[in-house]
Amino acid sequence: MTAFATSIFHRDDPKKQNENIHIKFLNLSAPAPSRPPPTLPTAFRISPPRQSDIRHHTMERLSLNESPAPAPRTPQQNQQFSQNALGPAGPQPTGGPPQLPPQMFTTAAQLLDLTDKKLVLILRDGRKLIGVLRSWDQFANLVFQDTVERVYAGQLYADVSRGIFIVRGENVLLLGEVDLDREDDIPPTLTRAPFEEVFELKKKEDSKRKTGDKKRYDELQALGFEPEHSGEILF
Amino acid sequence: MLFFSFFKTLTNQTVTIELKNDIRIRGILKSVDQYLNIKLDDIEVLDLAKYPHLSSVKNMFIRGSVVRYVMLPRSEVDVGLLEDATRREAANQAGKAR
Repeated sequence: MTAFATSIFHRDDPKKQNENIHIKFLNLSAPAPSRPPPTLPTAFRISPPRQSDIRHHTMERLSLNESPAPAPRTPQQNQQFSQNALGPAGPQPTGGPPQLPPQMFTTAAQLLDLTDKKLVLILRDGRKLIGVLRSWDQFANLVFQDTVERVYAGQLYADVSRGIFIVRGENVLLLGEVDLDREDDIPPTLTRAPFEEVFELKKKEDSKRKTGDKKRYDELQALGFEPEHSGEILF
Repeated sequence: MLFFSFFKTLTNQTVTIELKNDIRIRGILKSVDQYLNIKLDDIEVLDLAKYPHLSSVKNMFIRGSVVRYVMLPRSEVDVGLLEDATRREAANQAGKAR
């Protein structure tokens, strides 16, 4: 988890030096407090601070209320920054329009909101999985728990219990957050059916679509068109 | 990185996204990242009858690699500015390549 957190070191103004060390965590569950964290007791001091070497240690946190502090950075930190914060890395001294902190615009920030929620995951091969997102990384590789695959065919659908899924990011099409108030409102045109029945129907539909697609691609190719996403078909 | 910055200026606007599998989704652009993954709030799927599995979804994360088009509100795009920026970026790239 902390792999996604970036640390920022900065020297404070010598006049208002504060010798305590602040540690903030990228917190998955608790909402970020808008106040600065309480200062730690003196026992946490690493060493008696020298006047010239006071540092505040903060972990970057995903919150709208704070903008990251301007900080001299080590090359390593610069590298981290170039990976996950591409906007201006701190509040600009010039009074421009207020900007959202750059850490809002990362894959991590987007997926953080969806963690531990019930989601619909649609894969590139057309599979629809419904489950709870438990873990992820910057490529949108995902771990789903209590997954149910919902198969649709014609006006029928069926659910199959699948358990835990680890999905490679490239196969993800989209992730939708299920509105728990509406999740049982399945359109009235659809009816639930036994899995075998739906699966048979789906197989027929798929093969029909495949021949149709192939015919269309062949015709397009004869006219000199390269079909879009050739070689892979998205459903 | 230009379009990443550009999309960042469009947050909280209503956009329509067409995916490579022809699904079109309208929603409020909440966030975008370096891969142009997109987060939409209050979504509405055009032609929902064809995609019943999205009927109970309110907001979503779309992987950038499956987006075909993003349709933007005309009034929110300063085309002149964007043209300038793209040319500047292209010139920079050409300068770097040399």
